[in-house]
Amino acid sequence: MNILLPRADVTERTLAIVGELKGLEGPLLPILHEIQDEFGYVPQESLPVIARELNLSRAEVYGVVTFYHDFREHPAGRHVLKLCRAEACQSMGGDRLAERAKALLGIDFHETTPDGAVTLEPVYCLGLCSCSPSAMLDGEVHARLDDAELEALVAEARR
Amino acid sequence: MTVKIYIPRDAAAIALGAEKVAAAMAEAIAVRGLDAMIVRNGSRGMHWLEPLVEVETAEGRVAYGPVKARDVASLLDAGFTSGGAHPLCLGKTEELPFLRNQTRLTFARCGVIDPLSLDDYRAHGGLRGLKKAVSLAPAAIVAEVTESGLRGRGGAGFPTGIKWKTVLETQGSQKYIVCNADEGDSGTFADRMIMEGDPFVLIEGMAIAGIATGATKGYVYTRSEYPHAIAAVSAAIEVARAAGVLGSSVLGSAHAFDMEVRTGAGAYVCGEETSLLNSLEGKRGLVRAKPPLPAHKGLFDRPTVINNVISLASVPVILDKGAAYYRDFGMGRSRGTIPIQIAGNVKHAGLYETAFGLTLGQIVDEIGGGTASGRPVKAVQVGGPLGAYFPRALFDTPFDYEAFAAKDGLIGHAGIVVFDDTADMLKQARFAMEFCAIESCGKCTPCRIGSTRGVEVADKIAAGIEPEKNRELLADLCNTMKFGSLCALGGFTPYPVVSAMTHFPEDFSPAPVAEAAE
Repeated sequence: MNILLPRADVTERTLAIVGELKGLEGPLLPILHEIQDEFGYVPQESLPVIARELNLSRAEVYGVVTFYHDFREHPAGRHVLKLCRAEACQSMGGDRLAERAKALLGIDFHETTPDGAVTLEPVYCLGLCSCSPSAMLDGEVHARLDDAELEALVAEARR
Repeated sequence: MTVKIYIPRDAAAIALGAEKVAAAMAEAIAVRGLDAMIVRNGSRGMHWLEPLVEVETAEGRVAYGPVKARDVASLLDAGFTSGGAHPLCLGKTEELPFLRNQTRLTFARCGVIDPLSLDDYRAHGGLRGLKKAVSLAPAAIVAEVTESGLRGRGGAGFPTGIKWKTVLETQGSQKYIVCNADEGDSGTFADRMIMEGDPFVLIEGMAIAGIATGATKGYVYTRSEYPHAIAAVSAAIEVARAAGVLGSSVLGSAHAFDMEVRTGAGAYVCGEETSLLNSLEGKRGLVRAKPPLPAHKGLFDRPTVINNVISLASVPVILDKGAAYYRDFGMGRSRGTIPIQIAGNVKHAGLYETAFGLTLGQIVDEIGGGTASGRPVKAVQVGGPLGAYFPRALFDTPFDYEAFAAKDGLIGHAGIVVFDDTADMLKQARFAMEFCAIESCGKCTPCRIGSTRGVEVADKIAAGIEPEKNRELLADLCNTMKFGSLCALGGFTPYPVVSAMTHFPEDFSPAPVAEAAE
């Protein structure tokens, strides 16, 4: 669930998170994870705060945020469905399953349904290669998916 | 006596419904007033049988699987708590052929014990290696690891002892042990299984590495896609710290060692060691040019041991039982055991730890039981997205670093993905390039641009546009990437592409399509 906060609150919460974590060695990734956990994405308003507190340039922080696939610059849908697209899942019909998911949701990868319910994302390996094809819905793992199970997952996500 | 029921907490078991089974079992135990307890163990590695539920009986553990939540009532009705007969009963766990024929050194406790019980860990031989290590001089520990012949299990196969020796001999006020748990290769899950099923063995291995090299701080860098592993290792670190296994005095010795878990953010390239170090430092995961080696200038430019999970988790048994014990397994220059991960379109998928030397055919046909679809095996990709596709004709290749290299392949992190005859190898070659383009860190040109051009050329071949010329171009591009890239991502992406072209030329000569001449 993403909660859109007023700008001042973003700054305040960011400051608190940075204050809590900046004593770590190499604190930037833990800070960004925490911010994304808090807001559901990494708000633009957080970047200058992080940069100032860690004595980095804003460009450096932005460079890190955009390098990693996990960090979002915009809020995702209420649910995030990740489908594994890697080789082991391909060998068990993962491509076909992905097409089915796209058709059921009416969106492509990296898109969110118009009602804001589901964001569909590719993931390259969940480490469930011995029970392919696999998926992750809001952090919960699902394996050996067939059409019926995928439909159930999509239905759950749409609610 | 309280009956112990084992229901795995491994992510693969959970993905197949283990949480529901555990909840149903707990409820049934309460309703029926049974004197039984549930232990959430790791996985035994027989993933086609997950969730695999075991019950402890006087004659040993008895296995049932795959169990669904709706089976719980009938299991209890059939006297499952005393090993009663049931259609899902598989017999005694230890006697199942898939397990019985393995040599489990690194995975000896995985699936057997409660992963977060240090008492269980000790009772099954845990901490003996670390106890030995605190009684030895650092150089003697390094010598033991070198003697064992252990080579990096992440894929590069570099001798672990040599790496440790370099760090030991390098001066530095602060040294680090970094565990590369960024297991991003498709077809691999050994690191995940150890972290979830026996996290103390990793902690013990890292503490030994710390004592051997003079490092006092360790990091486990793992993937955000592995939430269960992150939780298990983090919890185990807390337990180890409270018990004095970690901290200012490791097992009461003069050595200090502590560690923490760090989580990546979805970048495959961070499995490359120098990219991983940059990521740990809070930077973009750009690959660093070598030299300097991480052993000289690694994390924050300090001397750093960076080893894969399985390499580190193999150290405790080497210290405990001696270098010779470990070295006596294996073949050629590949010593000890290797946890082979059998995945993809295969009947008996899972983890199989054995000495080096089985042939690829034995692994796929005999242990794996052929394809899950029942169709003929067309190709197996060994070593992840950067590994070669091998046809049946190469099934006599023994599982050994040098033997695979001689056939233009690699064993990598020992993951094997099986494909049946419906696989289109041109499509697989294209995917290898596409994956490289998505995951390239962007630092070097052959990888960053070569991969995108590779996708385009593969598309032209598929469309029947000047196929002969484009096949030559693709081969030439692979050559440039192989020799011109800074790290293994760009440098090894050619392996799946070239092997697909070499062994499956028919898939690269599609019938020309009329509209292709646009």
